[in-house]
Amino acid sequence: MRYCGKIIVTLKPGVFDPQGMTIRNALHALSYREVEEVETGKYFRVALEAETKEEAALRIKEMCDQLLANPVIEQYSFEIEET
Amino acid sequence: MRFGVVVFPGSNCDYDCFYVLKDVLHQDVVFLWHQEEDLRGCDCIILPGGFSYGDYLRTGAIARFSPIMRAVQDFVLRGGIVLGICNGFQILLEGGLLPGALLPNRDGRFICRYVSLRVENTNTPFTLLFSPGEVIRIPIAHYQGNFFLPEEELSELERRGQVLFRYCGPSGEVDAAFNPNGSVGNIAGVASLNFRVMGMMPHPERASEDLLGSSDGQRIFLSIVKWYEEEGSRACS
Repeated sequence: MRYCGKIIVTLKPGVFDPQGMTIRNALHALSYREVEEVETGKYFRVALEAETKEEAALRIKEMCDQLLANPVIEQYSFEIEET
Repeated sequence: MRFGVVVFPGSNCDYDCFYVLKDVLHQDVVFLWHQEEDLRGCDCIILPGGFSYGDYLRTGAIARFSPIMRAVQDFVLRGGIVLGICNGFQILLEGGLLPGALLPNRDGRFICRYVSLRVENTNTPFTLLFSPGEVIRIPIAHYQGNFFLPEEELSELERRGQVLFRYCGPSGEVDAAFNPNGSVGNIAGVASLNFRVMGMMPHPERASEDLLGSSDGQRIFLSIVKWYEEEGSRACS
């Protein structure tokens, strides 16, 4: 089966995010005064072959742990769809 | 002893390191291409600065999977001496050879200028020619040099003396005012548990001739040479 993993990597709470802060300030400059916080992150779409959805999830999790996220500063979440 | 300077696609301080070791300090030095798997008898491996693999994904994240890095991992397990400078430091962190991570600079800007550093621990192969608390001048040039480590791990790192360099004022004051990039504890360079692997954001190869404003960086390379002469042949063979 062919699956598609959609992965979002974000900084762990408390890890400084200068890009998020700069974007928030830019939004304030555009007069979106209601914006309290902006968090940046990364998005990956991984297309893969797997026997089952569970197997695809297991493989994606391994990929996140080994490469896509740095466990010292980042956390990740993903969802998997059959394509 | 022989130095090896690893060349990744995107390294740009490789020739500076090679030049300082060969022409300024008259050492035996070779380039090691990232696709090689043999360290060719080198006794100290240098991972130079630059933008390996275009900084894709995260700085250093892809370089750590180069064939040469498998050999470097084995070399470290055998007690080999490895120095990572700037992007080289980032690669060592991504590869788990040093603790922590480097975040974008606090002010969101690339910083390229001389900084003062206080030498914190001189009982290592990289710092033995300095005196404790000595203030040296070496330039930094990075966008992502904001050293981060969770608090519990940071206190362990401090307690074990693994912090080798801190950003400081001209008289050695370690203060937020002299922290260029937001690093925890003003940390500019750290060593591994066995003190054989060191990573630092400042560029000693850019401060190895008086003509360039400082030759303090020389003593990092010469410390390694002296350490090797005294104990390395026993430990690294």
